Amino acid sequence: MTKVTMTVNGKSVSGDVAGNTLLVEFLRSDLHLTGTHVGCDTSQCGACVVHVNGAAVKSCTMFAAEAEGAEVATIEGQANADGSLNTIQQAFQDYHGLQCGFCTPGMVMSAAALLKDNPKPSEQEVRAYLQGNICRCTGYHNIVRAIMAASGQEVPAVAAE
Amino acid sequence: MPKDHGIGASTKRREDVRFLTGAGNYTDDINVHGQAYVHFLRSDVAHGRITNIDTAAAAAMPGVVRIFTGADFEGVGGLPCGWQVTDKHGEVMKEPPHPVLAQGKVRHVGEPIAAVVADTLQQARDAADAIDLDIEELPAVVNMKAALEEGATKVHDDLSDNLCYDWGFVEENKGAVEEAIANAAHVTTLELVNNRLVANPMEPRVAVGDFNRATGDSTLYTTSQNPHVIRLLMGAFVLGIPEHKLRVVAPDVGGGFGTKIFHYAEEAFCTFAAKACNRAVKWTSTRSEAFMSDAHGRDHVTKIELALDADNNFTAVRTETYANMGAYLSTFAPSVPTWLHGTLMAGNYKTPNIYVNVKAVFTNTVPVDAYRGAGRPEATYQLERVIDKAARELGVDPVELRRQNFITEFPYATPVAVEYDTGDYHATMDKMLELIDRDGFAARRAESEKKGKLRGLGINCFIEACGIAPSNLVGQLGARAGLYESATVRVNATGGLVVMTGSHSHGQGHETAFPQVISEMIGIPEDQVEIVHGDTANTPMGMGTYGSRSIAVGGSAMVRAAEKIIAKTKKIAAHLLEAAEADIELKDGQFSVAGTDKSVAWGDVCLAAYVPHNYPLEDIEPGLEETAFYDPSNFTYPAGAYACEVEVDPETGVTTIEKFVSADDFGNVVNPMIVEGQVHGGIAQGIGQALLENCVYDENGQLLSASYMDYAMPRADDLPEMAAYTVDHSCQTPCTHNPLGVKGCGEAGAIGSPPTVINAILDALNSGGHKVDHIDMPASPSRVWAAINNAS
Repeated sequence: MTKVTMTVNGKSVSGDVAGNTLLVEFLRSDLHLTGTHVGCDTSQCGACVVHVNGAAVKSCTMFAAEAEGAEVATIEGQANADGSLNTIQQAFQDYHGLQCGFCTPGMVMSAAALLKDNPKPSEQEVRAYLQGNICRCTGYHNIVRAIMAASGQEVPAVAAE
Repeated sequence: MPKDHGIGASTKRREDVRFLTGAGNYTDDINVHGQAYVHFLRSDVAHGRITNIDTAAAAAMPGVVRIFTGADFEGVGGLPCGWQVTDKHGEVMKEPPHPVLAQGKVRHVGEPIAAVVADTLQQARDAADAIDLDIEELPAVVNMKAALEEGATKVHDDLSDNLCYDWGFVEENKGAVEEAIANAAHVTTLELVNNRLVANPMEPRVAVGDFNRATGDSTLYTTSQNPHVIRLLMGAFVLGIPEHKLRVVAPDVGGGFGTKIFHYAEEAFCTFAAKACNRAVKWTSTRSEAFMSDAHGRDHVTKIELALDADNNFTAVRTETYANMGAYLSTFAPSVPTWLHGTLMAGNYKTPNIYVNVKAVFTNTVPVDAYRGAGRPEATYQLERVIDKAARELGVDPVELRRQNFITEFPYATPVAVEYDTGDYHATMDKMLELIDRDGFAARRAESEKKGKLRGLGINCFIEACGIAPSNLVGQLGARAGLYESATVRVNATGGLVVMTGSHSHGQGHETAFPQVISEMIGIPEDQVEIVHGDTANTPMGMGTYGSRSIAVGGSAMVRAAEKIIAKTKKIAAHLLEAAEADIELKDGQFSVAGTDKSVAWGDVCLAAYVPHNYPLEDIEPGLEETAFYDPSNFTYPAGAYACEVEVDPETGVTTIEKFVSADDFGNVVNPMIVEGQVHGGIAQGIGQALLENCVYDENGQLLSASYMDYAMPRADDLPEMAAYTVDHSCQTPCTHNPLGVKGCGEAGAIGSPPTVINAILDALNSGGHKVDHIDMPASPSRVWAAINNAS
């Protein structure tokens, strides 16, 4: 077992992990941060996307020990300080960008990484960026709409508005 | 002005907040103190005899609690099938046993053989590797037609052959259909494959079994669309646990699409093992396990004939379908190619003579069962493809050919046993043609051709049977369950209320939409209404969510229970207002006496029910809680018209969707935003089936598409862009037989879109002079390219 220390959502945490413990396992099992999900075993689905030192990372492809000293951000730390939804989260609700919610944490974390690097992405850029995140419920339409709206761009309104 | 609350409002979803902040509670998020973990040793061959299984060395490995094999389950029931089909000779289907853990033989890759329970998952996996297992591999049957040949290897030794049933529907129509085809002016024939799919909800299945030694109660936490059904099937037929000693909880569930309806071996195992080990036992499927243990969908091979008279009226439809059951009968498998498929073969058309034959076949593959649409996509695909082919052969407009054959008078009894209550197929067709701008298509095609691309326009009309289902009818058809739904409405003393529903939300937004209905009925804010679902301990016996049934059946049960509440509160209000009950009106949360200014608030009436000081106790019980069970008198019949424009690159065979529109008739709509989201999701799955997804076995029964590396899930850039995509549900012919006039919207997109896409591709190819009548799904670039080049 190796002792690992990192900052998760602004708090310093540490734990003893085996060499093959994945970052996602450490987050879910040791830290009980179960908002980060596991949807596949081939690093395809993106339900486990978190930020490590500001970059979007699939936490199923990284060992916990590799995150030694890193700044990790998960979905649990995304809301505003007063607990309200942040801009991206709010856009997902406003534009019905989620249904079952399982892929959602990864989608929100990917969207945040995209908008950090590219604050006004085109629709094609959003769709291309989401290649690593699979959603089975929404057909992506409202996810794309939510991300475009979160970037401050005009998008068609949701139904009956 | 759009409504801002109640029925018809696009109320934002309350459940989103927890999902967006990582506070959802999915089954894998549940951990029971002291739990052990199970790893299943699964068959890596499609068919074989287990000649030796020795677990002694593995059992001595660190952390191992216990290892189970088939021998531990010899006295335990098998996994039951919930539907019995009677074949065309009056014989009941063959129903081989379906063991929890393999008994002597394995019949598909992924079948669980042994289960290792250990302190950690890693220890369980390591020990499973140490099990000494010998399997004598036997020839596998994969192809359905080969499986029915004389002398074919049998999947089940005790059965006479691999034919589960040979179903004729309606058998009495057969002669008339033959005659109509013989006398037809034109017959169009098409042979096609409805490709095998894997549902792939993003949350893999999970089961946590727990046993309370103090009470003798078992609890199962599971990723299910219908916890009461699991409790009944597992308790009564597998483990012999009475329902009052068994609780099944399906908390937040990350998508279902049908594949989480069924009772699976892993659920029974974890419940059984928790008692045997006196310790909670948890199993979390990997995605690779999901591909070889979740029930698959579709997998039909069909020949369809459409007969027309000299005026292009449809005179007969005859189909012959081979339907893959896989190695065992999954919970509702036999119903999918029969009653959910044969009954839809009239489509939107007044074809007078229809005969459907279905041969259900056992093969050495994972069981096949309902997947979004379940039987109805297969019916629609055949019919709408053969109509388009007929239009091409006859040189007539595919729109007009459909229009002239539309059913226009309702109710309409089809020759395949169902009665459509309402519909307006011309209206959805008109709306679809307007949205796709058919008049502008020629110009768009010319633009595409300038770029060297072939552009096609495909259309499709469809009908579904949803709101599943009238119990007495499905009982006659072989269902071993009733298909009512239930709701308990519990009003609290201060006027807020809880609806405990048998419906289960796994993405559909019930927690938001159901309160909209209550709000509309009573006139209290939606946030005064809480929805409880997914736990057999605190919901009435209900059948769960599938078949686009939640609002149509579960919503109706809720309305009935709320009506009982309203009736009682009116009595109480009449007493408080010293008026006649008949004069009491309820509006906006106020009871008033008609024609007067006397009123009392909803909350005051509720309080009186629980603090009955000034209360007619001799006439009315205190308290405000009512339950209703609603059994629909008919199916609902959502219908729609879809259109798609594709561009095909003839050099590469790559197809892109340039435009997609849907015009659906769902009857009344409770939350338009949620309805549109459901349609988006269904269309994405249908486009996935048409262009990308394929579950493939090799001739030895090895599953070649067993991960997201091999199974092409639709991604964001595979789907049409915002400006090119419209879903519409403004054509509304309300259902006539349920209180909300709703029809259900969950499956429409997946039913309507596959033939739309393929019809568009064929239109594109033919526009380029490539005489291609058929291309099987998924229309991958290689298949499209081959079709172009073989035709050229």
